[in-house]
Amino acid sequence: MTTGTEQITAAEIETAEAGQNESFEGVQADTDKHTDATEHHHGPAKGISRWFFTTNHKDIGSMYLWFSLVMFMVGGCMALMVRTELFQPGLQFIQPDFFNQMTTMHGLIMVFGAVMPAFVGLANWMIPMMVGAPDMALPRLNNWSFWILPFAFSIMLMTLFMEGGGPNFGWTFYAPLSTTFAPPSVTYFIFAVHMMGISSIMGAINVIVTILNMRAPGMDMMKLPLFVWTWLITAFLLILVMPILAGVVTMMLMDIHFGTSFFNAAGGGDPVLFQHIFWFFGHPEVYIMILPAFGIVSEIIPTFARKKLFGYSSMVYATSSIAFLSFIVWAHHMFTVGMPLAGELFFMFATMLIAVPTGVKVFNWVATMFRGSMTFETPMLFALAFVVLFSIGGFSGLMLAIAPADFQYHDTYFVVAHFHYVLVPGSIFSIMAAAYYWLPKWTGNYYDEKMGKIHFWLSFIGINITFFPMHFVGLAGMPRRVPDYALQFADFNAVSTVGAFLFGFSQLLFIYNVVCCIRKKNQASKQVWEGAYGLEWTLPSPAPYHSFTKPPKVD
Amino acid sequence: MDSQTQEYQEYYVPTQSYFPIVASVSLFCLAFGAASVLTAVENTGDMGMIMLFTGFILLFFVIISWFTKVAAESRDGLYSAQMDVSFRWGMGWFISSEVMFFAAFFGALFYIRVFSVPWLGGEGDKGVSNMLWEGFVSQWPLMTTPDPSLFKGPAQVVDPWHIPLLNTILLISSSLTLTLSHKALKLNNRTWTSIWLAVTVVLGAVFLYYQVLEYHEAYTELGLTLSAGVYGSTFFILTGFHGLHVTIGTIMLLCILVRVLEGEFTGKKHFAFEAVAWYWHFVDVVWVGLFIFVYIL
Repeated sequence: MTTGTEQITAAEIETAEAGQNESFEGVQADTDKHTDATEHHHGPAKGISRWFFTTNHKDIGSMYLWFSLVMFMVGGCMALMVRTELFQPGLQFIQPDFFNQMTTMHGLIMVFGAVMPAFVGLANWMIPMMVGAPDMALPRLNNWSFWILPFAFSIMLMTLFMEGGGPNFGWTFYAPLSTTFAPPSVTYFIFAVHMMGISSIMGAINVIVTILNMRAPGMDMMKLPLFVWTWLITAFLLILVMPILAGVVTMMLMDIHFGTSFFNAAGGGDPVLFQHIFWFFGHPEVYIMILPAFGIVSEIIPTFARKKLFGYSSMVYATSSIAFLSFIVWAHHMFTVGMPLAGELFFMFATMLIAVPTGVKVFNWVATMFRGSMTFETPMLFALAFVVLFSIGGFSGLMLAIAPADFQYHDTYFVVAHFHYVLVPGSIFSIMAAAYYWLPKWTGNYYDEKMGKIHFWLSFIGINITFFPMHFVGLAGMPRRVPDYALQFADFNAVSTVGAFLFGFSQLLFIYNVVCCIRKKNQASKQVWEGAYGLEWTLPSPAPYHSFTKPPKVD
Repeated sequence: MDSQTQEYQEYYVPTQSYFPIVASVSLFCLAFGAASVLTAVENTGDMGMIMLFTGFILLFFVIISWFTKVAAESRDGLYSAQMDVSFRWGMGWFISSEVMFFAAFFGALFYIRVFSVPWLGGEGDKGVSNMLWEGFVSQWPLMTTPDPSLFKGPAQVVDPWHIPLLNTILLISSSLTLTLSHKALKLNNRTWTSIWLAVTVVLGAVFLYYQVLEYHEAYTELGLTLSAGVYGSTFFILTGFHGLHVTIGTIMLLCILVRVLEGEFTGKKHFAFEAVAWYWHFVDVVWVGLFIFVYIL
């Protein structure tokens, strides 16, 4: 614990400069004394067992984040394979069946392996520090939630090497493609999904319990940082919809192996039933991937605009409304399956309603920046790009919400453009922003700002070159999930592929920057960012192994 | 706020633990083993059985040791009042997720009954799908499937007013006896706690016995099987998962009974008992839904 003592001394020196967080000041002194008094507390264990057996929210958060980064690279390589094949019309590099496996696995890995674990990792790291808790509420369960994931994804990736290949039915695994016409490996896929579901549900329970029960005295619900709020709502969504996913894959399993006919009209079932259940899970799922991003951006923009977040309570209500609406819009993914007209209309209008709370959020972010003293460090750049590009994705979503128009856009590259605009410069950029924003707190060192900015600009340019042309080819009628296409789409596809490689390879800069940040000593202060506000900035950088063994008092 | 600070007791963060990683390995073995057994890709069949078996052993071992450890920690007084609240929230939200798991199957049942079967029979907004199997008549229970050569419909369905009614009475009374047991425990009357708890376990076991009997009858006499069209599918997935939950619940009640007999729990502190009771009542409520929507209507 010698390092611990050093941190405390550093903390004492810094106490003077933490201007923003003075309301926590008295508290901090308390915490420091307490750390001194409880020297016998267990620090990190030595060796590899630390990671296998840990119960520490920071260790588990780091493991989630590294796992997510690895999966991001794996899923990214698959995307690059897809883009390579699509560089030119005709079949050049891979066969259609393998192409289908790549699009499917790319989607599954990015959704369940990269974005979701990254957010859970951030939640693990930040929520206990932000609410003034010693750790997550159920630490052993927390570690279990993480360790299920590497095993689940090993099964998922193993399917690629099985007879008949891996899942090739798209990440939405519609029946009967995923039942009657699926490769044998689909059974492994089903069980892997079950494992991910167990992990997510336990993780979500942990987050909710931590937020509801572990807040420091005085940390009222309406004082919670917005990242915590958005995660609380996300966790509710997870608990409510992951079991639905488990239910639908169970029905698939029964149809494949036990002779049932849930998704087979010959026995009285309905393949469209699959889509209804899947999207009842799937639509809240896409908000699971964006609400924490809203939270991150709502933390970062006030810091670098040096103003309090505009409309805090309206942000909370907007997030809750979005979460509620996410349960009644699922069938907008299936306007073309032949729903009754009343259904089409209901889901169209309900979907459009979502634009209202989302608009409130975007307005609040812009209003926060209005007349602020802004600076443009890397996290802020990513957050700004988030606001602009996510809005573009939101607008194309609004276009897709119009049922009659959707008959033209459905299953075209326009849809691909839409959801990549909300997921890449939306979710992924927010994760990058969060990583840069909190890296100094995690590692105790500043990252290389210049390299961070280069990474940002390359990513920003890369993704726009990749995904913007997809709007055009989509509107012109290029279907998604095809390895070959008509000649008229050739130019835009070539451009997209170039952009994809630019974006993909520029992520190596990020990895290099993170590794340097961990290794090189460029001591960060406790406050890290001049305008940062919140309990996590009252702790030394790097944050001590146990955050608040005694709860701080928040006024 | 000051009183809160005074009452403050340190939140227990357990030291390193091997339970999570062993539990993860066990889930991996179970998932991979089950998938291998089901697909039986060359040579993986045997390996699948071995993995499945290993997975069960590991899971059994982890559950026993994890809960033993938690019980021991509780006895050692490591759990503060705040920790107790964590457990309560945790169990509550776990049961919520279970509710949603059943909601998926109930939702499927309703969709099939209200939309897809009538549409196939030519009724309603999308009745045009009748052209797939012309002459198919929509009915519920679905005795004749659209394509009887692929899915032969059931000859008969289970009569709700025999075994299912009996089972309803059994489960509802078991909820009652469990509540009586809980009341007795709160009054520190351990004899009646054990007696009512034992009665609850017996009622659960008798329920399961009749459920097995009903399944046996369905398969041998009624022609109601998993592959008897979508009626059989929804019937067995709903009652089957419910039966699985009753089985788990009965085992948990039995464990609690053993702990009561060993003199554990006090009138004030007995969250394990309460958690299992919540779970049992949840299973009971699901059964009422099943009795109404699967058996009667």
